[in-house]
Amino acid sequence: MSWIENRFEEGLIVTSLDWAINWGRSSSIWPMTFGLACCAIEMMAVGASRFDIDRFGAGAFRASPRQSDLMIVAGTVTYKMASRLKRLYNQMAEPKYVMAMGACTIGGGPYFKHGYHVVKGVDLVVPVDIYIPGCPPRPEALLEGLMRLQDKIRHQTRAKTVMTKAKEVALS
Amino acid sequence: MAPEEICKLLTTEFTDAIVKTVVEGAHPYVQVSPDRWPDVARFLCDDSRLGMNLLRSISALDLLSDDRLACVYDLMRIVVDRPDVLITETHEFAIRVETDRNEPVIPSVADVWPAADWHEREAYDLMGIRFTDHPDLRRILCPDDWEGYPLRKDYEFPLEYHGIPATTEYELPNPRH
Amino acid sequence: MTMADTVLESAPDLLVDTDRVEQGDLRTEEMLVNMGPQHPSTHGVLRVVLRTDGEMVLEAIPHIGYLHRCAEKIGESLAPYQYIPYTDRMDYLAGMNNNQAFAIAVERLCGLEVPARAQAIRVVFAEFNRIASHLVSLGTYGLDMGAFTPFLYCFREREMILDLFEAACGARLTYSYITVGGIHEDLPAGWVERCLEFLDYFEPKIDDYNNLLSFNHIFVKRTAGVGVVSVDEAIAYGLTGPPLRGSGIRWDLRKVLPYDGYEMYDFDVPIARSGGTDEIPHGVVVGDCWSRYYVRVLEMTQSVRIMRQALANLPDGDTEAKKIKNLKLPDDEVYVGIENPRGQLGFYVRGDGSTIPSRVKARGPSFCNLSITTPLCRNVMLADVPAIIGSIDVVMGEVDR
Repeated sequence: MSWIENRFEEGLIVTSLDWAINWGRSSSIWPMTFGLACCAIEMMAVGASRFDIDRFGAGAFRASPRQSDLMIVAGTVTYKMASRLKRLYNQMAEPKYVMAMGACTIGGGPYFKHGYHVVKGVDLVVPVDIYIPGCPPRPEALLEGLMRLQDKIRHQTRAKTVMTKAKEVALS
Repeated sequence: MAPEEICKLLTTEFTDAIVKTVVEGAHPYVQVSPDRWPDVARFLCDDSRLGMNLLRSISALDLLSDDRLACVYDLMRIVVDRPDVLITETHEFAIRVETDRNEPVIPSVADVWPAADWHEREAYDLMGIRFTDHPDLRRILCPDDWEGYPLRKDYEFPLEYHGIPATTEYELPNPRH
Repeated sequence: MTMADTVLESAPDLLVDTDRVEQGDLRTEEMLVNMGPQHPSTHGVLRVVLRTDGEMVLEAIPHIGYLHRCAEKIGESLAPYQYIPYTDRMDYLAGMNNNQAFAIAVERLCGLEVPARAQAIRVVFAEFNRIASHLVSLGTYGLDMGAFTPFLYCFREREMILDLFEAACGARLTYSYITVGGIHEDLPAGWVERCLEFLDYFEPKIDDYNNLLSFNHIFVKRTAGVGVVSVDEAIAYGLTGPPLRGSGIRWDLRKVLPYDGYEMYDFDVPIARSGGTDEIPHGVVVGDCWSRYYVRVLEMTQSVRIMRQALANLPDGDTEAKKIKNLKLPDDEVYVGIENPRGQLGFYVRGDGSTIPSRVKARGPSFCNLSITTPLCRNVMLADVPAIIGSIDVVMGEVDR
């Protein structure tokens, strides 16, 4: 939607268009299978029988970053992995979202103090939209995080918006 | 075979190679001098009485106060000549090899137990022990350009790696985006 | 003699294998293919560099360390009871077994006696976790082979197990339930009955998995005769657990060096058998991927057997040893190995008279089992690489620690 973004002031047409596009986007978030550690098992549980993430339209786990909208960073990010993570993030098509699942991705978690090889928060590598605390977060927490992300998407607009510095750097 | 018998057998076979024997305690072991270690390893693996064919683990130790590094090899026997029979007997034993902390060199035993390949690479990666005649000695867990040997007692944690800040204090620098 | 020749000799009816050897004009330029670290069938962050010639994989070199979380450095910075939660996160599919291994190591080092009730409950949970871990292994191996349905069935039962874990210790994945000196807390009221109810429900389900996956023709074709490990090779590379038993050696640390009272229970150690007889599909060779997979299915039945015996004779009494406050580790060392769902998990712990160990080394079974990848993936088809890696069932948290 880049041809229309930031061209108009907010108004009736843009608002209705926003509603339709955001509805589509938020109901079909395709996550990338980016399981790193323990949290990945809970992410698998969310995809499996009991919790069934498909109810929220986010069950189409893609192996390719090109096809996915959401990167659920599930597990500890290490320095060896960080460059790969960054590269995968850069390959994703806009609009893209990042979910930091678990204490390790939020800020190093239990590996903060003595973990010489653990990145102290994935937001030092890629910008994060949603943080889900827990070690590991329960599947319900991941679903809650997904719903908060859907809320976030629903409030997006294609009208002129003030670009935050963070967004500017991330987009450039 | 009891640990005492293994100790006795090793001391009779390799009188000059045995530095120390510890039979008491939860973890009996024999300390072998590094230059004779491949011969002892070959004997441990091939001798019909011992037949220690399973290398369970190599634990590298940092003995900072003695200015030494050590490797502890935990060995075990799996009887393979009776297939289909439940194995209930075994014997386990450990070998310790010490080396100088500033010039740590131990001969590799990867040709005796192929399992030693990765264990030795790990000891090299985390403790900095160089294994001579190892088929492919490079870092295994840390990235290739990692500095220092993390499991040494005097290891200093990195403050930055490829532009990503690292700290163990509770105030992180602001994210770059 | 190459691996492919061995396969052909022992299973001549596998016609697809002729392609593996006779390449003829299919030979192309060699190419390096990077598989992972982000790849759905590497079970985590394993990276395998494949040297390929067309569709043939000439060599596969695994690169690990993408999840190196410094567990051993942490072990020598924290007291043992503080380190228990980190053992959970090593092999995150079998947290109970990891807790147990480290707890036993510290107990042997300090000479602690564990009460009989705690030992029996430990056995119950260790076996329960073995079932849960094997269920994930079955489900994800099915996924690797292109079967989605068994995954849903396995996770349905696994969720029920996790409910029971949660009732006992409040966590779904990282339990820290088994601690130094015993267990964290006694079982809640009614837990034993709920557990027995579940076991009655669960046992017939194993036949479902067999019908869905184990004896599925497509699955058998993809895994039988692929990635054969001989006994000598298995021992030389330090394979333990289902991969070793899949090569036909009846070796189990629960029988060889019993811990936590395993000598009191009556159970079998299942091993692989060659195909064509005893309900084993045609084409199966001892030591192939299917055998390694099927040993896990058989082990679940044995785990149920052990659990029934343990639950029927739960002794009364304390669940924690008396002297664990301010535990001082003596100036000594110990190496303890236990049978984890993936093989022999060993802990080397060395004390120096203080409360904090001076060295903790974990011998992860996945680490050793994975080291056979290179000899195993020599001259195989590209599509067989996920089958081989999946059958070893690695957990990267334990490989990299």
